[in-house]
Order: sequence, then structure tokens, then C-alpha cells
Amino acid sequence: MRRLAAALIAAFALLLPMAALAQSAAQILEDHRALVEKPSRTTIGPVIAALAASDDPMVADVLAAWADRRLGLRKADGAFVLVSPVAEGVALRLLDGSDAGVLAASEITELRPNAGVRGMIAGALVRFRLSAPDPAARADALATIARDPAPEHLEALRQSLGEESDAGLRAQKARLERLLTLRFEDDSAARVAAIGSFSGDLGLDLRAALNPLLAVTRVALPLGAVPEGNLARDLTPGIDLTEAEAYAALVSAGLAPEPLTAEALKAALVANVEGGMVAGFPVARLNTEEARAAAYSALEAEGRVPPAATEDEVAAAIAAHRFVEIYAEPDPAVTTAAAEVLQGIELKLAAMQAADLGLDALSLASIYFLAAIGLAITFGVMRVINMAHGEFIMMGAYTGYVVQLFVANHTLSLLIALPLAFAVTFAAGVAMERLVIRHLYKRPLETLLATFGISIALQQLAKTIFGTQARPLTAPSWLDGALSFNDIVAISYIRIAIFVLALVFLVFFLWLMQRTRLGLEVRAVTQNPSMAASMGINPDRINMLTFGLGSGIAGIAGVAIGLFAQVTSELGSAYIVQSFMTVVVGGVGNIWGTLAGAAMIGTLQKGIEWLNPANTLAAQTYMILFIILFIQFRPRGIIALKGRAAGD
Amino acid sequence: MTRSFLATHPSVLIFLLILSLFTIGVTILSEAYGTAFISTSFVKTLGKTLCLCLVALAMDLIWGYAGILSLGHMAFFALGGYMIGMWLMYARTEEIVLSALANEVLPPTTEEVTNGIAAQIFGVVGASELPPIWGFAHSLPLQLLLVIAVPGLLALAFGWLAFRSRVTGVYLSILTQAGTLALALWLFQNDSGLRGNNGLSGLQNIPGLAHVPQAELSIWFFWASAAALGLTYVALAWLVSGKFGSVIRAIRDDEARVRFLGYSVEGYKLFLFTLTAMIAAIAGALYYPQAGIINPAELAPIASIYLAVWVAIGGRGRLYGAVIGAAFVSLLSSWFTGGRAPSIDLGFYTINWVDWWLVLLGLSFVLVTLFAPKGIGGLIDLAAHLRAPDRKGAALGPDDSALREKEARE
Repeated sequence: MRRLAAALIAAFALLLPMAALAQSAAQILEDHRALVEKPSRTTIGPVIAALAASDDPMVADVLAAWADRRLGLRKADGAFVLVSPVAEGVALRLLDGSDAGVLAASEITELRPNAGVRGMIAGALVRFRLSAPDPAARADALATIARDPAPEHLEALRQSLGEESDAGLRAQKARLERLLTLRFEDDSAARVAAIGSFSGDLGLDLRAALNPLLAVTRVALPLGAVPEGNLARDLTPGIDLTEAEAYAALVSAGLAPEPLTAEALKAALVANVEGGMVAGFPVARLNTEEARAAAYSALEAEGRVPPAATEDEVAAAIAAHRFVEIYAEPDPAVTTAAAEVLQGIELKLAAMQAADLGLDALSLASIYFLAAIGLAITFGVMRVINMAHGEFIMMGAYTGYVVQLFVANHTLSLLIALPLAFAVTFAAGVAMERLVIRHLYKRPLETLLATFGISIALQQLAKTIFGTQARPLTAPSWLDGALSFNDIVAISYIRIAIFVLALVFLVFFLWLMQRTRLGLEVRAVTQNPSMAASMGINPDRINMLTFGLGSGIAGIAGVAIGLFAQVTSELGSAYIVQSFMTVVVGGVGNIWGTLAGAAMIGTLQKGIEWLNPANTLAAQTYMILFIILFIQFRPRGIIALKGRAAGD
Repeated sequence: MTRSFLATHPSVLIFLLILSLFTIGVTILSEAYGTAFISTSFVKTLGKTLCLCLVALAMDLIWGYAGILSLGHMAFFALGGYMIGMWLMYARTEEIVLSALANEVLPPTTEEVTNGIAAQIFGVVGASELPPIWGFAHSLPLQLLLVIAVPGLLALAFGWLAFRSRVTGVYLSILTQAGTLALALWLFQNDSGLRGNNGLSGLQNIPGLAHVPQAELSIWFFWASAAALGLTYVALAWLVSGKFGSVIRAIRDDEARVRFLGYSVEGYKLFLFTLTAMIAAIAGALYYPQAGIINPAELAPIASIYLAVWVAIGGRGRLYGAVIGAAFVSLLSSWFTGGRAPSIDLGFYTINWVDWWLVLLGLSFVLVTLFAPKGIGGLIDLAAHLRAPDRKGAALGPDDSALREKEARE
């Protein structure tokens, strides 16, 4: 019906321009006074078309007022007026644009076009707005149509397309025109062509336009009957839909009686209790489903309750019917084309999502790498289990927070916080090495426990000093926002920064271990302390420095992690297990192993999250289980040290 | 055999004597059967402490004797609690549902009762069907079997995987910790079938015993806990005093040498790991009806570390050490964190023990590890004038987890 009206408008708009050109808006309304005063959708078309074709500059105002119910009749002389409410009543304007004073509202007969007529007026109005002189107004009109497209818009859009001077807007209009064509055009071939022209496009608006074309309704029909409409597919009960759903479809189609619910059965039995018996069954024995069903059948036989489908009948009814899905869109060519394009879109979307997932995994991997790189030194190289490593990360994050309290400029405070966090945690690490770990080098299990004691104490200290609520560590504004490649693939700048930081640390670690005197001495001391000592290396000093270094890097990682996570006293303990896993899975004593471990754990966690997006807890569970199993097959990690460096 | 065992191990007799004196003392002072000097809630605290002593015994066996630092035994403890909690909650809810349905005209069907129970228990997580893992929850004997079977099988599977690939030392510790974390995270989900982070609650109400006041129930559970602790102590003392004990101590000190001597090291370890997991589960099954509520936070890896802390402070490698440590630290902990410890006013700062207790615990744990590896139990050696042989500073075994002579002597 709406399409018909739109076509009528179009036809009139094409036929009438010569006749209408000379007419003003006032004249047109006057000519069709009876129609305007009592408008209906079926008859008003020519009037609106005539208005739309007129070149009177007041037409846009008149149409807008009419649609808004601001067009009225002055009771005194019956003239058409545009009204706008003011304090004293309503201000009037005549249709030639001149003011006509203020009257009381009761002096005006309001014209009240119904919703259908208003929709047609709005369609005509769109044409004016689409050719408005102001580009912003045109863009606004386009946005309005895109939000709520209607068949009326199509013709107006096509007309304004040729007149459009702005290239950007023209492209937008052309796209919107095709989107409307594929939905509202009458000509099947034109629709298919419009759909085909979008092949490979990923726009959300396209998906929003295509999906309604493929909307289906479930229909049940007797076997042998030919389904009406555009058949989407056959449904097999038990596979595509459950028995209950199938039966519900039958019931809603009026092909089967309502099924009997347990509640209804019970209510029917209760209503028929007579002297402790229901249809010959004692009430006390009705404590099984079977007994109740038997009692109901007995009642049914006596005709005291309405018949209800038993399970066998339900199964028989389902078997005797065919279940199909019918497209709401009647044109098979259109639905086929839409399904094809949509499938292409889904394929491309999946690829994009995979790319996005890859970016996510990469950033998670760099976070784990950053958290674990300090451990790669203290645990990987020195073989010291430092369970307080997480608390060093936390100390770094709190250092960043405290610096921000004193330095308001976030960029500057970050620049101060990074070295300061290193200094603080370096000092803490050296102190811990000197006071505790030094005495326990031969006793790894005790090291684990003693450092856990320190971890408990440090965590509680942080809680006492900073409180339990999360403290903000704000990133500088140039790290806000995200680098987005399209509307699916995006990565925030903070994560890029962390990735870069992780790379920097990787290079730093490699340089330190392979190219410096300290690295040489560290490797010597970890391989054979007494031999190193006899070569003139002071193992105590090297151990102290190495441990401090690992702890200091943890502090810097803490600042970086604090930028996107919440800074609480539990910040570190959230990462400690994953960090150890990263080092162990990767292979102890090898930085490339740590990198591989972080990449594997990051990818794995994101991958599992993708399989079950609602449940990140389960993802972590499965990831840990996977790691436990992985260690079964490669106990020494992905990259295992060999020979003397392996330490045994 | 038993007589000679008790005669050669006087510490067992002394322990049993102290435990029974303690039990009788608490009973006499309790509200239910005595002078009401001790409140019911404190009886519960003492009963729970006995359960913690029991799980500490298991920890001592696996760590102190066999040198396997498991950071997952509190997970078995909590699993035991979950298993008994399922029956407690199911049976209690069944009573409620039956009494609610009793007023209806028709007698309830089994399906109606089950649906009612499921709706009651799982309404809080938005489900209304009983998950399959509750399939045995209606039966106490089956669920009691599960108390032992579930943690036992889990430990068996985990231990088999870990020990056969020769994961030892700190790697095993980290692995058990990760496993515990995985279990806790899994239980935290709402659709794990165990009510997510709501956990199981109302466990202090024992089905069928609604008429018994909590004061009496608490004493009964106290007795049960004491009996379990006493029996387990005797059994474990007997176990470690024989050849089995010698083998597991040898595994601790030099695993490779034991393997070369022809012992199946993995078999011993697996047996111990599973056995201690079951003991931990029994302790948990006795603990949580006294605590009244269990949720996944109880499984957090930190709980297992506290367990190690207790055993270390009490003195590992000796059973009474574990009991002393667990009782001492957990009672002290509840005293400090309960706000009963007096604050210390330093003039410029007031030390509030609720805030500072964990700092004190952490640091004293470091100190014990550094300076008194034998823990509180070492004091008993001093009193008994036990002296370790002088080995001129050599380690007792070549393995990294072997005791150093310094520890043995102190």
C-alpha cells in the first residue's frame, strides 16, 4: 500500500510539473480544500504531489507545518494559516509568508492528518530537506533517512542525487539510494542488482538492510501440502527444532490441540477430587506422573475434562506435518542474492574478527611478557622463585600513582615514574636478596615460602597505606583512544605502547645478557658459582645486581600495567601465576622461551575466550588445564636449554 | 605390634592424652554439657581448628616427610566441604520443599519435589534445573563416598600426570598452585553447577536434626573432629614409623638414589598425594558444617600457602609439629583479626592489629624459615635434649630439597 502511494506520488510528480509550476502552495490547498480538510491516505496523494512539484518557496514550511499539525483554518474566514503557539494564544502566518497577528487558540480549527497521511507528507518533505541549500541540513536529512528508512524516501533520494554538488554527500546519497533500492524497489532485477553491487561491503547499515530481507517465519503444514510464499528451508523436528517447538508451531497454526502442562493436569485433578478419589483413583496414590496421567485419561473418558494430547499423540501430530521456514520477502531472486552477499560478508567479517582477535592476543601476550620478563631474570636465569614478584609489580604501579599525586602533567609524571619505579623496586629487590634470599640459595622450596611471607606482608602494607579501593593511574591523553583499521579491527594506543615497551625490554635483555660484562658474569655465576668466583667474579655482588635488575623491571612493568588495570594491592597477585606459567611453559633460562610462552598463553586465552565469549573465568580455567597438560609433554618448556646451561 | 609401636613412640601417647584432656575440658566447659564457660561459637572455632590440624597433618606428610610442597591441598579440603555441603543443602531443602507441598490436595510426585529443590537451590544463579553433578546429592552414603572419591580421583589424575613426567620441586609447587587456581576459577562461574560465588550455605543446619540446638551440634562436631584427628594421627604415626616412612623420607632427601635402589618413587609419591588429598577432604567435610558456608574463595591459592605456613611454623617432618603449628597460628590469627588483640600506641602511630597482623605473620614466617627451620617443634627437641649428629656442615642429602645440616641441628 505504501509502495503504491509512493509510486502514485512519483507518477504525479512526473506528470504534473507543467500544470503545477505556476501554482502557489496557497492555491493548491485552496483547490483541494475538501481533501485537505478531511485527508485520507488513498485520496491525498495528488495534493501532496502537486505541493511537492510547486516551486513556491513556502511549500517546505507548509508541508512541515501540516505534518506537525501546525496548519489550521482561521474560523473567521476559513483561510489556511500556519500557527505557532505563543504565550497569549497562537501566532498566525498566512501561506504567502506574511504575519497575521495573534489569536486565541479557540479561533483556529486545527487540521489533524492521521499517521498515514503524515507519513506521506514527511516523504514529500524529505525531498525538500535533501535539496536544502545548507550541506549540514542535507547530511542531517540523510542521517534521518538512514535511521528510519521508508519507501517514500526512495524517489526523493533519487531526484536529489543528480542535483547534489558535494562529492561526499553524493556518495552517501548514492549508497543510501542503493540500500533503499534493495529494500523498497518494486523491480526485482533492480533489487538484485543493488544487492550485488554491495558484494564485499562490511557496513553495519548494509547488514541492517539485508537482515530483514532474510527474516523467516516458522510454518507448520500437513504433509504433502505445498508451502505458500518464498520457502527458506525445511526443518526436521529433533534436529532443527525441538519437539516442543514443533508442537507449539502446530498449536499456533491451529493444527493440533493445546498440550497439557503438568500444572493444568494437576489443577484438573484437584478440581475433580470427590471424597478422596479422582475418577476411581485414591488421591494418596496420585504421587507419580503415570498415575496422574491415568487419572486424567479416566476423567477424559468420562468427558469431565477437555481432551488433551498425550505424548504419543504429540509425536504422531509432529510426524504428520511438515515444518518449513518461509521468508517474509516474497521474491526468491532477492532472497537468494541477499543470502549470497550476506554469506560473503560473514566470511569477510570472520576474517576481520580473526585479525582483531590476533591483535587482542598480541596485546595480552605483551602484557604477560612484560609481567614475566623480570621473572625471566630472577627465576629463569638465577633460579630463584620469587613469589613477591607480583608485589614488585604492584609497588611499581603505586609508585606511578604517588608520582601523579605530586606531578599533575601526566606525560611528565609518567617519565618520572618509570625510572623511579625502577629505582624503588630495584632497592626493594636488593634488600630482599641481601636479607633473605642469599641465605636460601640451596633451598628453593624455602625460598618460595619465605618470599611468600614477604608477599603477604607487602600486600597487607599496601592495603594499610593506600586502602582497599582502586587508585587511578591515568595515562597521558596522547595514549587515549584507539588505532582503528575499520569498525572491527582496532587496538588502543595504550596496548600498542605496552607492546613497544615489551619489545624494548626484549632487546634490552638480549643486549644485557649477550653484550655486556654484567651479562657475562651473570651467566658465569648462574652456571657455576665457585668457578666464577675463582675467576675473580664476586658472586654475591652479581647475584644482588641481577636480582635487583629483575625486580626493577617488574617495577616498570607495574607502571605500564597500572595504566590500563586498576591499581589495587591485589594487582600483582593477579599476574603471578600467569607469569610463572609464562616462564615455565616457555622454558626456563631463555628469553625467547619466555616470549614464546607469553605468545602461547596470550593467544590461547583469547582463543578460548572467543569460543565461549560469555565466560572469561572458564577461559582461564581451560587455559591453566591446557598448560598443565602441555608441561606433561614438554616438561622443560617450549625452548629447552641443553647441555651445561641446563644446570643438571 | 601396636603395643610395641606405642611404646617406641611415646609422642603418640602424649599427643592422644593431650587431645583427650582437651576434648573433655572443652566438653565440661561447653554450653551444652557443662558450665557454659565457653560460648557455642568458640566451641565451633575450636572444632574448626581441630579440622585445620587434621589437614595440616596431611600437609606435613606430603611436604615434611616426602618433600613435595603441594600448594593445592586446601583445594581438596574445600572439595570435601563442597561434597558434604551438597548433601546438607539438598536434604535440608528437600525438607523445606516437602513441608511446603504437604498442604496441597494431591501428594507431590518425585519430579515436583526435585523441581522444587532445584528452584530453591539454583534460583540464586538463575537456573531451575538440578545439574548432573548433583545426581547423588539425595543420598548421604553416596555423597560421603564422594567426599573421599572426588578429591582422591582428582589427586590421582593430577599426581599421575605430574609425577610420571618427573615434575619435581618448585615446578610441582607452581603446577599445584595453578591447578588450584583453575579449580577456583571454574567454581566461581555461575554455571559450574555449584552456585558460583554464592557457594553453598546453611550447612550448619543438619537435616533431620532440626530439633537439636546448635550448642549440642557444635559439641558433636567437635567430638567428631577430635576423633578424626586422633585416629588419623595414630594411623599416620604408624605409617611413617615403618619402612614406608623410611622410603618417603629417603625420597625427600635423595630421590634419584631411591629410584636406583629399585623403589617405584612415582608410585610412593602418587599414593601419598592421593592419601593426603583424601585426609584433607575428610577434614574439609568436618570443617564446613561447622563453618556453615563454603564458597570458591576458600579454594584461593593463598589458603594452601597458609597451610604450608602453619606446618612450617609448627615444624615440618614431625606430626605433632603440624598440629601445633595449625592450632597456634590459626587461633592466633582469629584472635588478631577478630579485633580482640589490644592496639599498640606508639605515640605517632597506633598499630591496629587487624591491619598489621598479616604483616606480622608474613615477616615472622620469613624469620622462621631463615632462623628456625624446625619451627616450634624444635623447642621440644631442646626440651628432650635431642642432638643431631655432627656432619661438619655437609648437607644431609645431595638434593636441593634435602635438609641442610644447619636445619637438622637447630
